[in-house]
Amino acid sequence: MLDEFDLSPIQLDALREIGNVGAGNSATALSQIINKRIDMNVPNVALVPIEDVPDLVGGPDAIVVGVFLRVYGKAPGNILFLMPQKSAFYLVDTLMGREHGTTKKLDPMDMSALKEIGNILSGAYLNAFFNFTHISMLPSIPSLAMDMAGAILNVVLVQLGVMGDHAMVIETKFLAEDDGINGHFFLVPDPGSLGTLIKAVGVE
Amino acid sequence: MADLIKVGMADYKVGRSPSTLISYGLGSCIGVSLYDPQRKIGGLLHIMLPDSTQARASDNPAKFADTGIPLLINDVIALGASRSRLVAKIAGGAQMFAFANATDIMRVGTRNAESCKQILKRNGIRVIAEDTGGNYGRTVSIDLSTGSYKIKTIDRGEKTI
Repeated sequence: MLDEFDLSPIQLDALREIGNVGAGNSATALSQIINKRIDMNVPNVALVPIEDVPDLVGGPDAIVVGVFLRVYGKAPGNILFLMPQKSAFYLVDTLMGREHGTTKKLDPMDMSALKEIGNILSGAYLNAFFNFTHISMLPSIPSLAMDMAGAILNVVLVQLGVMGDHAMVIETKFLAEDDGINGHFFLVPDPGSLGTLIKAVGVE
Repeated sequence: MADLIKVGMADYKVGRSPSTLISYGLGSCIGVSLYDPQRKIGGLLHIMLPDSTQARASDNPAKFADTGIPLLINDVIALGASRSRLVAKIAGGAQMFAFANATDIMRVGTRNAESCKQILKRNGIRVIAEDTGGNYGRTVSIDLSTGSYKIKTIDRGEKTI
């Protein structure tokens, strides 16, 4: 198994590029759904000590909405789309055609809409991944939770925690043109998947 | 104002009155607190996984219940607590995302709680209160001047055990 610590700068770059294409696809999908321009940053590919991961999204007790999908296939992993609570409310108001500021609590219909967004973004992301690597990856049905960032991130971190003290995260930040929505998209390959992905892009 | 000492994920801290030990945003993780009510000395451990059998040698022992709890016990005793007076309270162990075909890793919260209780028992320490399970996150803190263990949630209010 390839150890995350052995990645060369070029290999990290390759992962960043895959992340970039995937995130670009997702951002386009989201932009078309809500009919607003979405900006994204260059994905951050980093090896983060597990205990520091919650800080990426505002600290372990920040309230966030997370849509979680398990990725199946040759390079299994987890996808987590995280939004601050405010962004999630703004997004459902946009999706449901309500005035912004209407939503104060997510009802089952809102949750379902957000899950669908998570589904579409993941599909777009993984599709780009496939074009790049020819590794087919299928997302599970999405699951949603609104809670503390630390608690939600636990789910992906625990899985990594079995294997080591660091998490390889490919993270992209989305921002809508009117600043109403920002989100973080995490792709966290299972420890064994990293080598498969690197090999598929052909970077030694 | 009394000290507020932060305990990160896969980490533990010990201290004495009037400090408070706090750990934010526990999901499937467990916050294990130990307290000696007479000496007012205690500790808080934030574990992620039930056992270290699959761990690598380099792994942080505070990540696992079976290796973390003995460390915590030793450190509170080193600070002056008496093993026979130590009492434990535990909280956390939620399952944050519901899946129809939940794998073992999804149910890690339940396994964490069971493992903590078993290991505390094996070490002769009574668990006098617990708040585990559910599908919501918790922020936990132990006030070392009283031993009260406070659990904060987002939608389910606050309670002290």
